[in-house]
Amino acid sequence: MISQRRFAWWLLGVTLPLAALVLLPVGYLFVRAAEVAPERAFTILTRPGTLRIIGRSLLLVVAVSISACLIAVPAAWLTVRSDLKARRLWTVLLTVPLVIPSYVGAFALIGALGQQGILQRWLQPLGVERLPSIYGFWGAWLALTLFAYPYVFLSTRAGLRGIDPALEEASYTLGRSRLETFWWITLRQALPSISAGALLVALYTLSDFGAVAMMQYNVFTRVIYLRLSLDLDLAALLSVVLVLLTALLLGVVTLIERGRGRTFSRRAHYRPRPVRLGRWQPLALAFCALVVTLALVMPVAVMTYWLVNGLQQGETLRDVSAPLQRSLRASALAALVCGVVALPFVWLQVRAPSPLTHLLARSAYLGYALPGVVVGLAFVFLGARYLGDLNALFGLDSYRSLGLLVLAYSVRFLSQALGPARASLLQVNPHLEEVAQTLGRGYLTVLRTVTLPLMRSGLVAGVALVFLTTMKELPITLLLAPTGYATLATRIWSASNEAFYARAAAPALILVLISALSLVYILESDD
Amino acid sequence: MTELPLESTVICRDLRKSFGAVQAVRNVSLALRRGECLALLGPSGCGKTTVLRLIAGLERPDGGAIVINGRTVSDGRVFEPAHRRHVGLVFQDYALFSHMTVAQNVAYGLGRRSDRRERVAAMLALVGLEGLEERYPHELSGGQQQRVALARALAPQPDILLLDEPFSNLDVALRRQVREEVQRILRQAGVSAILVTHDQEEAMSLGDRIALMFDGALHQIGTPRDLYEHPVSRRAAQFMGDSNFVSGQAQGSVAHTILGTVALAQPAQGAVDVLLRPEVLTLDGAENGTRAIVSGQMYLGARQVVWVKLAEEAAVLKVLCGAGARWQTGQVVGVHVTGEGVAFPSTLPQDEL
Repeated sequence: MISQRRFAWWLLGVTLPLAALVLLPVGYLFVRAAEVAPERAFTILTRPGTLRIIGRSLLLVVAVSISACLIAVPAAWLTVRSDLKARRLWTVLLTVPLVIPSYVGAFALIGALGQQGILQRWLQPLGVERLPSIYGFWGAWLALTLFAYPYVFLSTRAGLRGIDPALEEASYTLGRSRLETFWWITLRQALPSISAGALLVALYTLSDFGAVAMMQYNVFTRVIYLRLSLDLDLAALLSVVLVLLTALLLGVVTLIERGRGRTFSRRAHYRPRPVRLGRWQPLALAFCALVVTLALVMPVAVMTYWLVNGLQQGETLRDVSAPLQRSLRASALAALVCGVVALPFVWLQVRAPSPLTHLLARSAYLGYALPGVVVGLAFVFLGARYLGDLNALFGLDSYRSLGLLVLAYSVRFLSQALGPARASLLQVNPHLEEVAQTLGRGYLTVLRTVTLPLMRSGLVAGVALVFLTTMKELPITLLLAPTGYATLATRIWSASNEAFYARAAAPALILVLISALSLVYILESDD
Repeated sequence: MTELPLESTVICRDLRKSFGAVQAVRNVSLALRRGECLALLGPSGCGKTTVLRLIAGLERPDGGAIVINGRTVSDGRVFEPAHRRHVGLVFQDYALFSHMTVAQNVAYGLGRRSDRRERVAAMLALVGLEGLEERYPHELSGGQQQRVALARALAPQPDILLLDEPFSNLDVALRRQVREEVQRILRQAGVSAILVTHDQEEAMSLGDRIALMFDGALHQIGTPRDLYEHPVSRRAAQFMGDSNFVSGQAQGSVAHTILGTVALAQPAQGAVDVLLRPEVLTLDGAENGTRAIVSGQMYLGARQVVWVKLAEEAAVLKVLCGAGARWQTGQVVGVHVTGEGVAFPSTLPQDEL
C-alpha cells in the first residue's frame, strides 16, 4: 500500500519527463532558429518580403478582430438583452459557425464565390465571364470573420449576463437616459469580456492555417508551410516571430482576465427586463438572419450542392470511407493519450499544489497556445534530424509516421483534456479520499475506487473534446501524416486545391457534423 | 380611501402591481411628508421593494397614481421614466459602478453641471470620505461603499431619496454605527426619504413614521410608538416586537386575565386576547401576584430575559427585567402587570372560554 505523499513523489517522477516531451518541440524550434547565423537571421528578418509577411499578418489580425466584434457585439446584445423573437434559437444558430473549421469555411466560400464556383456558374449565361478574385486578403478576412466571430459572441454574452441590472437602474435614477446608460455603464462593464473575445479571435487569426492557405494569402502560417522544403532557416525564424507574437497576445489576454476578476461586478441576482425593440424588431431579425445565412446556411448549402453535383457525375461516397477511418483512428489515439497523460498533471496541480506543479500544468497548456503549423514544423525538424535514421531501421522511408502524428496531436491538444479533468477533480472533495484512507485503503486503491469514478464525466468530456478537435486539425496532419495517409482534413485540402470541389464536399460535411457534437459542450458552458 | 395631505413630497394613490399571477402590491396609498423619513417595513416578499421601484420609475404600475412634488409622474396616461424623476435610490447591494472611481461614481448623476467638482467634494465631505476620490469600489470596505452609494444618490439633489434595505449587506457590528451615520447625513441633507427594511429595529430607529406592509397591502401606518404600543392586529403586534398574549374578558378600559386585572390602551368588550409586551411584566420572588415557574433565562448585560411558565396553564411568558435580580430555573415566582395591554378579539371559539 502506498501513501498519498509517496504517490505524489512517484507521480512527479512520471510527469517531469512528460512535461519535457511537451516542451521539447518548441524548445527545439528555438534551438534550430538560434543555429542560423546572426547576420543571416538579421538579413532574412529585415528584408522587404519578410516585413510584408509580418505586415499582412497584423493587418489580417486587426481587420478580423474588428469585424468579428462588429458582428458579435450587436448579436450578443440582441440575444441577451432585447426582446428579439426566438432568442434561444438565434443564440444556437449564431454559435454554430464555431464548429466549421476555417479551411472548410474557406472551401465553401471558394466553392460559392470562386472562379469556378456556384455564383460564376449561375452568372455565366448572363455574360459574366469572370468574377473578381476571392483569393487574397478579402477572402481570408471574410472566411476568418465568419467562422471566428462566435468567440466574441459567446464571451460578450457571458459579459452582458454578468452585469448586475442594478447598475443600469442606478444610472437611470441618476438621471441618465437609456442611450447614455448603455454607453457609460453597459458597454464599459462588458468591455473586458468583449476584448477577451476579440483577443481570442486575434489568436485564432494569427495561428490559422486553413483559411489563409486556401485563400492563398501570404501570412506567417502559409509562408512557413510553403517555405518548409525550400528554406528551413526562414521557416524557423518566422515561426519564432509568430510564437513571440502569440505569446504577446496571450499575455494581454491574461492581464485582461486578471483585471476582469478584480473589477467585475457581483453576479446578477435577477434578470433585467428585455429591452423592447419595437419597430427595430424586423431590422434586428434581418441582421441575425444575414449573419446566420453567411456563416452557416451558405457553407452547408454550398457543400451539399457540390456533394449532389459530384454524385450526379459519378463520384462515390466509398472514396470517403478510408480517410474517415484514418481520421477516426488517429484522433482516437490522440484523445486516449491525452486523457491518460492529463491525469498526473491535473492530480499534481490540484492535490499537491506548489509552484513546481503549477508550472508543470502551465507547460501542458503551451501546445495549445502554439499555432498548429509551428507544432508541426517543430516535429518536422526533430523528425528529420533524429527519426529518419531510426525509422529507416524499421523499413520506413521517412520520419513521417502515425506515431509521430499522434504525438504531435497530443502535444497540441493536451490542454483540452486538462481543463475538464481539472474541473472534475476540483469537485471531488479531498475528505472523500481521506475517509477512504482511514477505512484502511491504500492511496492507489482510493484513486481507483473513489477518485477516478467521480472524475469520469470530466475525463470523458475532455477526451471527447480532444477527439473532435483533432479530427479538424489540418497543418499538423499535412506535415506529419505518413505519405499516402489521407484523412478527411487533408482530403478536403487537396481536393479543393485542385478545384475538385465535388470531391471535397463529402468529407467537409462529415467534419462539420462531427465537430457539431463539440457544440453541445460549448453551449452547456454558456448556460 | 383616506385623504392624503397635499403638501406631501410623494403621494401614492391605489398603487397596484402584479408579476404574473402574483399580486406584489395591492392598492397601496401613502404620503411622504416633506423632510420626513418613512420606513416601509414588512417581511420579505411583502411588496415593499416593489413600491420603492414603482416610485423610482423602475417598474410600471398596473394601476394607481404617483405624484412627486405636485408633479404626476405616473397614472393611467403618464409614465415618466426613471431618469426624469429626480429620485435618488440607494440599492441594497449599492450598485456602485465598478469601472469608475469614487469621484466618478458620485459625479455620474451631475451631468455637465459647472459645479460638478465642488458638488462631489461637498458630498464626499458630507459622508466623510474625503481623500478616497481616486479609489475604486472594490478597494473600499462595505461601510465605505454604502456611503459612496449615498453620496452618489444625494449629489444631484433629488426630490426624494429611496433606500432599499441599505444595511442588510453590512456586518451586524457595523450596522448600528452606519445607521447612526446615515441618520445624521439624511438630517444634514434635509432630504425626504423612504427606507425599505424588514428589520423593525432599523425601522423604529430611522423612521419618523413606519408604514407596515403585509402581503402587498398597507397594514398600518404611524409613528414607531403607535405601531409598538397600539398595533392594529396580532400580526402587527408580533412583527413589531416580542409579544405575550393572555386571554381574558374585557370590560371597558380593563380586562380580567389570569394575570389579574389589566388596564387596556383602548376600551374593549367580551372575550379578548391581551397583548402584554415583555417590559410591562415584572417578577418578584415573594410569590405575590400570579404564581409561575421560571423555565429559562438569558442574561444580556443591561437587562435580562426570563421565561416563565404559568403554573396552571402551558403558556410561556417572556419577561424583560433588570439585570440585578438572580432567578433560578424551576424557581416559583410571582408575575405582575405594570403597564397597559392591548386587547384583540379572542381567537378561541367562544364556548371554550
